[in-house]
Amino acid sequence: MEADWIWGLVGGMLIGTGGAAYLLGSGRIMGASGIIGGLVDGTGRATAVERLVFLAGVFLAPMLLVALFSEAETHLTTNPAVLIAAGLLVGVGTRLANGCTSGHGVCGISRLSLRGIVATAFYIGAGGLTVVLFRHLLGVI
Amino acid sequence: MRNFLAFLAGSLFGAGLLISGMTDTTKVQGWLDVFGAWDPTLAFVMGGAIVPMALAWRLTRNRTPLVGGNFPPPPEPKLGRNLVLGSVLFGMGWGLSGLCPGPSIASLSYGHWGHVLFVVAMLAGMFAAPAVRSQLDRLAAPA
Repeated sequence: MEADWIWGLVGGMLIGTGGAAYLLGSGRIMGASGIIGGLVDGTGRATAVERLVFLAGVFLAPMLLVALFSEAETHLTTNPAVLIAAGLLVGVGTRLANGCTSGHGVCGISRLSLRGIVATAFYIGAGGLTVVLFRHLLGVI
Repeated sequence: MRNFLAFLAGSLFGAGLLISGMTDTTKVQGWLDVFGAWDPTLAFVMGGAIVPMALAWRLTRNRTPLVGGNFPPPPEPKLGRNLVLGSVLFGMGWGLSGLCPGPSIASLSYGHWGHVLFVVAMLAGMFAAPAVRSQLDRLAAPA
């Protein structure tokens, strides 16, 4: 679609506004992997309710929008082996690196954090190579 | 107040992910697929998100958070093995599926079993991460 980049820009600004509200309001960095990971490994037990409320918003707002714009599609693979491998890699990787696209990408780059910039370069590079390998050479995805 | 802010931020984040097309794995894998039908949307999403965030970081000077306390300390300059290795592993999973942590939660709203399977595997990976980290530390330590 031609207007994709406009929706990208508008949606991106919403994401950034969410991060800005969380930073200026609560004094926290809006990083999805950190917020989820803290619930899983127990490091975020003291702030568990706040984390769950945040995730409820992440889940409920698009649910409302999906009902309104039924054309939104996900095109997710149906190969369970790929889904399990990808989920494990994303889970271990983001916690090892202490951040993902929202924490290192959006919140890190916007404050010119070297760690955020380096992490983003590596996950985009690895993601690109993975797509080339598994799509064009192996034809798995 | 903390919970209200968390819900507000989460809702804006989730709505932005869907509107921007980041819950559509074709767009994410299209951005990574420089040898295929390259899709630049993700760059606009990142750019759009970084603008208000950069403004917010600027506003943290000489101020405290609304709910009190302190803003996060300045970023550590240290890079290290975990940052690089973790980001490479994350990128591989991201490329394979077209999902990262935020959109994986937002995508649960589609009601597809595939997202549930991905999220369960991701949670298992996050649960295992501290053990993986200490195992790596042991391997790296001089005997």
